[in-house]
Amino acid sequence: MSILSVQSVSKSYGSVAALQAVSFNLAAGFYALLGPNGAGKSTLFQVLTGLFAPDQGEIVLNGLNIKHNLPAALAQMGVVFQQPALDLDLSVQTNLNFHGKLHGLSNSNIKARSQAVLAQLALTELANQTCRRLSGGNRRKVELARALMTEPQLLLMDEATVGLDPASRASLLTYVHQLCDQQKLCVLWATHLIDEAENAQQVLVLHKGKLLAQASPAQLIAQTATSSLLEAFFQLSGETPGVEAKLARL
Amino acid sequence: MATRHWPALVAICQRETIKFWHQRGRLLSALVRPALWLVVFAAGFQNIFGVSIIPPYETYIEYQVYVVPGLLGMVLLFNGMQSSLAMVYDREMGLMRLLLTAPQPRWFLLFSKLVAGTLLSILQAYAFLALCALFQVDLPWLGWVFVLPALTLAGLMLGALGLLLSVSIRQLENFAGTMNFVIFPMFFISTALYPLWKLQESGATWLYYLASFNPFTHAVEMIRFALYGQLNLLSSLVVLGALGIFFLLAVWGYDPQRGLIQRTRQA
Repeated sequence: MSILSVQSVSKSYGSVAALQAVSFNLAAGFYALLGPNGAGKSTLFQVLTGLFAPDQGEIVLNGLNIKHNLPAALAQMGVVFQQPALDLDLSVQTNLNFHGKLHGLSNSNIKARSQAVLAQLALTELANQTCRRLSGGNRRKVELARALMTEPQLLLMDEATVGLDPASRASLLTYVHQLCDQQKLCVLWATHLIDEAENAQQVLVLHKGKLLAQASPAQLIAQTATSSLLEAFFQLSGETPGVEAKLARL
Repeated sequence: MATRHWPALVAICQRETIKFWHQRGRLLSALVRPALWLVVFAAGFQNIFGVSIIPPYETYIEYQVYVVPGLLGMVLLFNGMQSSLAMVYDREMGLMRLLLTAPQPRWFLLFSKLVAGTLLSILQAYAFLALCALFQVDLPWLGWVFVLPALTLAGLMLGALGLLLSVSIRQLENFAGTMNFVIFPMFFISTALYPLWKLQESGATWLYYLASFNPFTHAVEMIRFALYGQLNLLSSLVVLGALGIFFLLAVWGYDPQRGLIQRTRQA
């Protein structure tokens, strides 16, 4: 059953087309949105969260058209932005409290849910720490905890591992995969890193604002007659080795 | 409505208050500025600015007394701009996205920010009134109560102006210039430091008209009358109208279909 439906969504900045008639449907599961920098991933997330309005197209989350029911749709979304969005001067718990109240949760609900997500992410001991004192990895975990405490149906992760060391990156990725399995979440994980997409249920390849493919990693490799997801990506996008080198560096 | 929106309003007010508490220097600087005007400027110009009997005053008053409503307005004006600065900071730090992706109507989120900023404005205005009492400025004690609605309305109007300005300011660095183009003209071309007739008397007719149309003038006059338990209806209506216009324009500016966010490119 489809949780998120995106139909013919386009978005331009002046003469630059950031998204061109992008359409896809997502059910519960882990989906990687794969594309190089500038592919339109962040624009797509901003459109999905109502920060930008699309020029054309329709987005429906669990039957709610976000153009007409944005607050109700946002209540079902958890978002971790590419740019960290924690109030560093406040404690972990205060950040969570603030978010819970923005979502209209009662104090008792906030307490119960924040305790649960902090325990899940092994952050309980850091609850009263000021966020400024946390490591980059733990800050990201707090942002994930914050996104999860409202029990979303759809979790949007916009290049959430940027700036993390390999261990923290792997740990976060593994945790989100586990969540997906346990809670039947729909996760859209934007990344430009091939290895983060390899274990996804499906990979959505976004390039220059166009959605080139939506299939499992194995299907993409088979369809393009290549031997790896990286090669499949190049085949689909028609990118040059220069870009390959750029991606490899990333 | 109350069950879903109320916690968000409370949360935004709490956050602003906590941040204000962490920045204790902010209260000090908010008080030092008008205090200098009250103690130094007003003392220096005591005998230069002769203020005749004009409503709401029933007798001759000291210049210090005349200038207090203007300085209260100054406190509100600076805090309104400070709130706007905080909006720009939040946008640069990414915190604004968190706010704007909360499941609340956008106008309500902006209104909550406005209420939070106004609460801080009122707090600072009363701190300044306490300072006035310390310097033995002769103000009616009941005025402390009567002035609350006027401070609230003026604080909301100036906060809405700050909100509106934050729509078009993309970076913190641009903010100082904008403050100079807004705060100083608004403050000086008003009745904060001298009554309107003084401008007319000195032949500065165009300044007189500018000051007459300046919403800050009306905020100051509304406060001045309220301190003496009187309602200045015209000024109150002008402030209310300006509040409506500024807030609606700010909501429009933050509308993803048309406003600031639509114009900002972040691919």
